[in-house]
Amino acid sequence: MDEKKRNEAYNKYVKAKIPKTRPWPSLFNSFWIGGLICCLGQGINDLILLWFPNMAEQTAWAYTLIVLIFLASFLTGIGVYDRIGKFAGGGTIVPITGFSNSITSPALEFKHEGIIYGLCVKMFTIAGPVIVVGIVSSILVGLVYLFI
Amino acid sequence: MAKNQTVKFKNKPVIIGSYSIVGPKEGQGNFGQYFDYVMKSDSFGEKTYEKAERKMIQNAIIGAIEKAKIKPTDVDILLAGDLLNQIISSSYAARDFNFSYLGLFGACSTMAESLAVGASLVDGKLFDHVVCSTASHFSTAERQFRFPLELGNQRPPTAQWTVTGAGACVLAPKGHGPRITMATFGRVVDYGINDVNDMGAAMAPAAMDTLLCHFRDSNTTPDDYDLIVTGDLGKLGSEILIDLMEDQGIKLGLNYNDCGQMYYTREQATLSGGSGCGCSATVLNSFIMKKLRDGSYKKVLFAPTGALLSTTATQQGDTIPGVCHAIVIESGEG
Repeated sequence: MDEKKRNEAYNKYVKAKIPKTRPWPSLFNSFWIGGLICCLGQGINDLILLWFPNMAEQTAWAYTLIVLIFLASFLTGIGVYDRIGKFAGGGTIVPITGFSNSITSPALEFKHEGIIYGLCVKMFTIAGPVIVVGIVSSILVGLVYLFI
Repeated sequence: MAKNQTVKFKNKPVIIGSYSIVGPKEGQGNFGQYFDYVMKSDSFGEKTYEKAERKMIQNAIIGAIEKAKIKPTDVDILLAGDLLNQIISSSYAARDFNFSYLGLFGACSTMAESLAVGASLVDGKLFDHVVCSTASHFSTAERQFRFPLELGNQRPPTAQWTVTGAGACVLAPKGHGPRITMATFGRVVDYGINDVNDMGAAMAPAAMDTLLCHFRDSNTTPDDYDLIVTGDLGKLGSEILIDLMEDQGIKLGLNYNDCGQMYYTREQATLSGGSGCGCSATVLNSFIMKKLRDGSYKKVLFAPTGALLSTTATQQGDTIPGVCHAIVIESGEG
């Protein structure tokens, strides 16, 4: 009992002592870099439609995503993406580029443990939960559609 | 009545040789000029970082043996440990040596743990030459305890930077060099911190516990030491330790500092400072040894702390236990 009280008091003390992250500069950086990535996506989309005027808009979206995923993966491979991420925080995690980075980075890290047990198994350690949530929510939405 | 946790060595084992090897980032840090060898790249010519860490330990051991001016065949036993699962860096490094090996795990306190055990073995006249070593590597620790290197995430301000470095030293019953006069074996202390990004706060109570025991058992005060140094509490952790000690009525003054806090320069943006086995080991085996040898320091209390967590225990919601071992090193012929 005494120990519990001591630990609670200590946790409270530490919480007060921890240096706070300043939210406004981080929010600002993630806002403008995240926005920049979205603008880049829109630009790629517009260019594809400009060069291939007969392409359906939905197909162009797919190609835009492919380009963005490739770019993020490439930047991860040459060790640049983590630096941008350190600066931009949520701004580089939320767009699809963050998803690409979260798959490429463990793949790079674990490739020395073999193609199957290293690369393939560990590739989704970070992105896995996102995929699970995506699939589960699509099942739920599908069920809702089934009954209405 | 509290139990005595401090051993006083009658024969005062001598540290006859010490060696430190660090990564390029560490070489640019505050202790850069004191290290014996600064690697040109983090991979050290190896295919994986785990192999690099192993090679660092091997080189540190060989370096310490050379600086002690003894032959590898003179060494009786190696005491070593590191942060990786099953302490592979130390054990795999020991494969290539032809002496007995004892693997130790004290997380980041391993340097003090191995010296305390080594000094006991030498003091008891059981062995003539004992090598103590430990290492850590930023990239291997990061992968095991946190996220992949290239993941674009932000680190909280309490996070620390694992030092890429290895240190080793050779203990002998006689010879020239600083002497180990006392060792305090620490207890495992847990104050209920479960934030893995805040190791300093998790380990500070262990440091307090061991330091209190040490001052009580040895009948000394902080003023009796030229330097009291903890391992990797970092900026936040060492501030907490000062507060905790003050609550207990002991004031840690200007002679107290923390290796992790001192390790990197401000421009290197390591947030709360350095951490890892290599942090205290490389500072001890470079800067502190040099200052003890040239007599700038007469008496040093070296008390690195270790967080004894594993990712499994943390993911199951367990809190982080800490441990701290302290040794007293005195300069000159005692």
